[in-house]
Amino acid sequence: MAEAFNFELVSPERLLVSEKVTEVVIPATLGEMTVLANHAPTMTTIKPGVVSVKLASGQVTKYVVFGGFADILPTGCTLLAESAVPASELTHATLQKRIETTQTEINHAQNDEHKTKLEQFLAELTHLNGVVNPA
Amino acid sequence: MPSLKDLKNRIASVKATQKITKAMKMVAAAKLRRAQEAAEAARPYAERMTKVLAGLSAANAGNAEAPLLLSGTGKDQVHLLIVATGERGLAGGFNSSIIRLARDHALKLLAQGKTVKIITVGRKGNDILRRTFKDNIVDYVTFREIKQLGFAQADEVAHKVLALYNAGEFDIATLFYARFQSVISQVATASQIIPAKFDATQAADASSALYEYEPSEEEILEDLLPKNVAVQIFRALLENNASFYGAQMSAMDNATRNAGDMINKLTLSYNRQRQAQITKELIEIISGAEAL
Repeated sequence: MAEAFNFELVSPERLLVSEKVTEVVIPATLGEMTVLANHAPTMTTIKPGVVSVKLASGQVTKYVVFGGFADILPTGCTLLAESAVPASELTHATLQKRIETTQTEINHAQNDEHKTKLEQFLAELTHLNGVVNPA
Repeated sequence: MPSLKDLKNRIASVKATQKITKAMKMVAAAKLRRAQEAAEAARPYAERMTKVLAGLSAANAGNAEAPLLLSGTGKDQVHLLIVATGERGLAGGFNSSIIRLARDHALKLLAQGKTVKIITVGRKGNDILRRTFKDNIVDYVTFREIKQLGFAQADEVAHKVLALYNAGEFDIATLFYARFQSVISQVATASQIIPAKFDATQAADASSALYEYEPSEEEILEDLLPKNVAVQIFRALLENNASFYGAQMSAMDNATRNAGDMINKLTLSYNRQRQAQITKELIEIISGAEAL
């Protein structure tokens, strides 16, 4: 049995999860990473993707997050998501809406740097759309 | 002396008013509970954000290349005041106390020869401030149609503020809102959000851990600072919302009680007058009978 640690998933609106878990997979900006207990203190930004949480009971739950950052300590892990929903509640329509808003934002972007950032975000969203809603 | 009929009409109208204020009080109480829950739910995020940022900014304190949002532009010539008020009135001194604080602050800055720009959030503040500072208001945001305040709304305000900042339109931004202390007390508060300020104690607390940063520390900081602005605004909006319903509840409670007092007083004089009239009629009958 793997060692358990505290995991918290918070969005600006509410605290989604605060529980003992054994394993968390985070979509970090530089690639996915799995956090286990006693991880070295790390701070990383997050791209839109799926966070999969393995509870101490062995049950796995999945959440979809849209950007944010994670604060990892040996004793626990806190994920501050800009917006987060349980994967089961995410619908195709809400995701599509996000993609559309990003698309319009790209059209209004003032400088190239901003535009590149948004385009990257859009690519991640589209990828996510494919993962969550296999056509 | 008003006639009996007049008194009766007035009693009926005060009773109708009392019914309305009573209903408003109960609606405000129900909404207050929800607003308070929302404000509490948002707290963990804001707290962690501040903690992380405090640690990061402490580490970057001496860095000359730190992002502008943290270090400021180095000037304090142009001030931006973000004034968050309610969308509606009938909430006692809620709106006026925020506006008074903002106005005093603006007048003080103007007297010092600084430039003042104002963004109003909420219809009430816009209506009143427009009278005095017509030329200073640069933007106006209203959430009239929105039932449940979400992070998206705060983000919208933050976007406007950041766009102005990046365009070099102002040097220091201060946010005005009412901090929710309890149902009966809301304190109008001013807090500086740009450049960001942190408590020294929080920084000392957070920087003790040695972190690995992925990507670099600077990039994370650059990513987080704009988010922090949105979070601060979101928090202020939620507190404001809770304060508004708290103020409205106590204002309506007072109004209901005043209406009750008034009904008692009017009923008393109604009864007295009715008695007087009966006595007068009796005297007329008796003196008429005696004359025969």
